[in-house]
Amino acid sequence: MSRYFTDEHEWVEVEGDTATVGITDYAQEQLGDIVFVEVPEVGTELEQGDDAAVVESVKAASDVYAAVSGEVIEVNEALEEEPGLVNTSAEEDGWFFRLTLSDKEELDDLMDEKAYKAFVDGL
Amino acid sequence: MSENTDNLKQLPLGDWHRALGARMVPFAGYEMPVQYEGVMAEHIWTRTEAGLFDVSHMGQLQLIGEGAAEALEKITPGNLSALAAGKIRYTLLLAPDGGILDDLMVTNTGNHLYLVVNGATKHDDIAYMRDQLPGHLTLNHLEDAALLALQGPKAGAALANLVPDSAGLYFMEAGSFFWNDIPLGISRSGYTGEDGFEISIAAEHAVALANALTDLEEVRPIGLGARDSLRLEAGLPLYGHDMNAAILPVEANLAFALSKARREEGNFAGAEQVLAQYPDKAEKMRVGLFVDGRQPIREGAAVIDASGAAIGSVTSGGFSPTLQRPVAMAYVPTALAQSGTAITVEQRGRAIACTVADMPFVPHNYHRKPKP
Repeated sequence: MSRYFTDEHEWVEVEGDTATVGITDYAQEQLGDIVFVEVPEVGTELEQGDDAAVVESVKAASDVYAAVSGEVIEVNEALEEEPGLVNTSAEEDGWFFRLTLSDKEELDDLMDEKAYKAFVDGL
Repeated sequence: MSENTDNLKQLPLGDWHRALGARMVPFAGYEMPVQYEGVMAEHIWTRTEAGLFDVSHMGQLQLIGEGAAEALEKITPGNLSALAAGKIRYTLLLAPDGGILDDLMVTNTGNHLYLVVNGATKHDDIAYMRDQLPGHLTLNHLEDAALLALQGPKAGAALANLVPDSAGLYFMEAGSFFWNDIPLGISRSGYTGEDGFEISIAAEHAVALANALTDLEEVRPIGLGARDSLRLEAGLPLYGHDMNAAILPVEANLAFALSKARREEGNFAGAEQVLAQYPDKAEKMRVGLFVDGRQPIREGAAVIDASGAAIGSVTSGGFSPTLQRPVAMAYVPTALAQSGTAITVEQRGRAIACTVADMPFVPHNYHRKPKP
């Protein structure tokens, strides 16, 4: 199992062919109080870079892009009742959706935890 | 819209905000604090305690000279010549065709008019007023003054600690006061729906006043993010979003700003176009919306009819921290403007059910003068 990061502040946890996707703690901190998360429907085929989800804070809506391509197989239903999970547990309980990876080579373009930390420190 | 961050001007309290950990963003050409601890917490603090807002980006103007009020009436629909000394009036700056160029507060200080206009429009406002007003009047832009807003149910008690006489002001009254020998222009008004004040002070003393206020247990600094969610709950329109130069006062749901005397005189800029809509002849109206579910709708989303055609648009939208549900303002056809009417809004290809709602969404809590 390994975790990847994007420069759009998403994390991708890969186990076999399945990836779990969420936004990073840095991202939730920047967005502030999250009041709604629009997740994709199960069965959606996402291409890398597609609009995958929308995070709504009190003031603004922010797009979340698909970090990797694949078919959405599960969404985090808990976010419907408790969107604040993204604030309190962005990188664990506040995950957005799971997908079946269609192109594992895309992972090569992503950062590992150390590289992402250096990226954030440089912002 | 993203702004170029290279040429941002600094406000007198810029370093003060940064020292308190504010996140700074470009706004109206200035670098301004959008939040400190978080929009939700700051919003709720203002509704229950007292919040301090730096609104120094707004334009503070003086209009000086004989007949200033009568002259300003030519480009506003407010009964300014009847405004008593120490009183404040909300009014609109109107273009020759009646379009809204800005909304503003006008105070009769006793020897001149003091105007507060929006930050993003102040330079255009000044140019328009200089063009429209007679040459013997003087229009000063108080660029060396800061403006602090203290808002919330504990604002009155908080300010009385520093300026005891401020307790004598009622809503929409203003006066000159001193704090440690520093002159303050204090208005009991604001943009949150709460009791509170707007305090004009020389820029060089602004940090000292901000510190003295935030040293009080009940006062915390509040950013622009909560200022926006507070005014939305209070049903107060934001210039450039909920009204603009293509919108007339009645359709903006601001008919209350057309005073009876001025309607009868009908001699302000665009009076013909403005009064043609009065009181209920506008084809569209700005209304409040309750949004079903928890997903906020945002500015730019379309109001659609049963066939999916756009019939209006959302001009402000967000999540109400007080009500814990999304609310919005939108322009809808007047036939659909009645409170309780079901409306559909389309956002990112999805239809979202809404209901027209009375504004304010959260009741105003002003310190009004008791009726005799």
